[in-house]
Amino acid sequence: MKKSIRIGAGLGFYGDAWEPVLASIEKGGVHYIASDHLAELTLAILQKDLQRDASLGYARDVVPFLMALWPAMAQRKVRFVCNAGGLNPAGAAAAVRAAFAAKGWSARVAVVTGDDVLKEVADLAPPHMFSGAVFDAVRDRMVFANAYLGARPVISALQQGADIVITGRVADAALFLGPLAHAFNWNLGDETPATPTDLNRLAQGLAVGHLLECSGQGSGGNFGSLQAWKAIPDLAHIGYPIAEVCEDGSAIITKAPGTGGRINFDTVRQQLLYEVHNPHAYMSPDVVLDLSTVTLEDIGQDRVRMTGATGHARPEQLKVVGGYRDGFKAEVTWGFSWPDAYDKALAAVEMVKAQLADKAVPHEALFVEFPGLNSAHGALAPLPDAKALAELNEVWVRMVLRTRDKKAADGFGRLFPWMALSGPAYTCGFQGLHNSSELLGIWPALIGRQAVESRTRVEVLQT
Amino acid sequence: MTATLQKIQLARLAHARSGDKADWVDFGLFAWNATGYAVLAREVTAQRVAEHFAPWLPGRVECWPLPNILAIKLVLHDALQGGGARNLRLDNLGKSMAAALLRMEINVSTDELAACLAAPRVGWWGDKP
Repeated sequence: MKKSIRIGAGLGFYGDAWEPVLASIEKGGVHYIASDHLAELTLAILQKDLQRDASLGYARDVVPFLMALWPAMAQRKVRFVCNAGGLNPAGAAAAVRAAFAAKGWSARVAVVTGDDVLKEVADLAPPHMFSGAVFDAVRDRMVFANAYLGARPVISALQQGADIVITGRVADAALFLGPLAHAFNWNLGDETPATPTDLNRLAQGLAVGHLLECSGQGSGGNFGSLQAWKAIPDLAHIGYPIAEVCEDGSAIITKAPGTGGRINFDTVRQQLLYEVHNPHAYMSPDVVLDLSTVTLEDIGQDRVRMTGATGHARPEQLKVVGGYRDGFKAEVTWGFSWPDAYDKALAAVEMVKAQLADKAVPHEALFVEFPGLNSAHGALAPLPDAKALAELNEVWVRMVLRTRDKKAADGFGRLFPWMALSGPAYTCGFQGLHNSSELLGIWPALIGRQAVESRTRVEVLQT
Repeated sequence: MTATLQKIQLARLAHARSGDKADWVDFGLFAWNATGYAVLAREVTAQRVAEHFAPWLPGRVECWPLPNILAIKLVLHDALQGGGARNLRLDNLGKSMAAALLRMEINVSTDELAACLAAPRVGWWGDKP
């Protein structure tokens, strides 16, 4: 008999539901939960919090999440790993510890830091890794830069006995690879070079992490299809995916009994390819994963066996996600009713363009789309023919200004109210008098791993 | 046997998911069975997908066939106005764009289409009562 470990998906993003995680803990027999709170965009959101209050900058849902789930986890000795630390892992840990202290709960909480590389990036000035644009184009506007850390600091924290591991920008799938590599003592290649067998185990572990990192998207949620999604049972009570992983890395993907959703060949492979780009070389800090050798065997009853992932040596450089101030946007959405709804919406757009010109409002673009007609698929959404278009019951138009000038963004909504009495008739639902916000551009880049790893720290605190 | 060709939308033969990374939209396109995969592998090329998106987003397309999971991986460049955090569209992350891919028309013979639809799905979709 091989030893196996059961690891369950936590949240898939900042704001996700945690009831399914409780089901995995109570009914799924998991040893670990790993929870991904950070999408590429999330750090941009957290940066705005941090600017407002230096104690913030982390995914604040980690506190109510643990208040709701920790009693069930502690009772079953389930250990918890998350990247909810965001831009301020110490702040997240402080908030968790304060909440635990108020309840009289005790836990060993590890904090992983060192992913903040804003200073290093300013020194190294790495180009944009996709467009090749030079760093000086954004140097003065950079507000954060965080390296994607791998499984090593998570393993260290677990080796030191942490019950709860709170990190910043650890790569999503590495949150899962960490506990597996810790439990099975897999070789990451830090002291002795990783053999092909080691690399293939890491590749399987990373693939498991990838299948679980988006919570319900790995168990039948968001199943993009014509009609087939209707056959997925009880999404309102979806079970997040759980992996039973063996020492050799082979895994069965499943979910807690009695939960909704579906684990099958189709739902699992939709997630397997999600946001991986080149499937022969899915990059991570710990291993480069080749998905073209993976076998998914559907064994029925919400169980899929995954084997065969191939691993290649980890990259010498780590990916960094940077964010820079990139101007402002302001948006207004407005509706017009039959008759001539579409023509009136078009006329309103022309009136707004005239206002922008008359008042010489500085802007880079006025983006226009019609929610309900083409906002999802743009020019690929077939419009109704002219007669049907003229007869539409109502048409909504969304106008978004992009500008470098904050005042222009803040004042955009003021260009509209006059039209209520002096524009085209039968308007409804004006929204957006005060609806401006700052835009952040994302700067993906590569930097040498030594520059990052030499400053990664793991601190375990007894609460 | 009839060899009549017809145009059908990919949605008839495939399912799909999309996501974002920087300014790219990334698609997984999946046949329901091996018969369907043979048609997808022939019809869905980088060039054809680029032509499909061109009226809206004329970016470069990369394409990787993955016969091991009866899937095709596609990436469309320059698709998000520079990236999700600055994209002004309601669908700033391109999550609904896989459906735009499923609108793409492909050529199949009547026999091929019938064979694809008749072949059983590989995945377990519940026990028949």
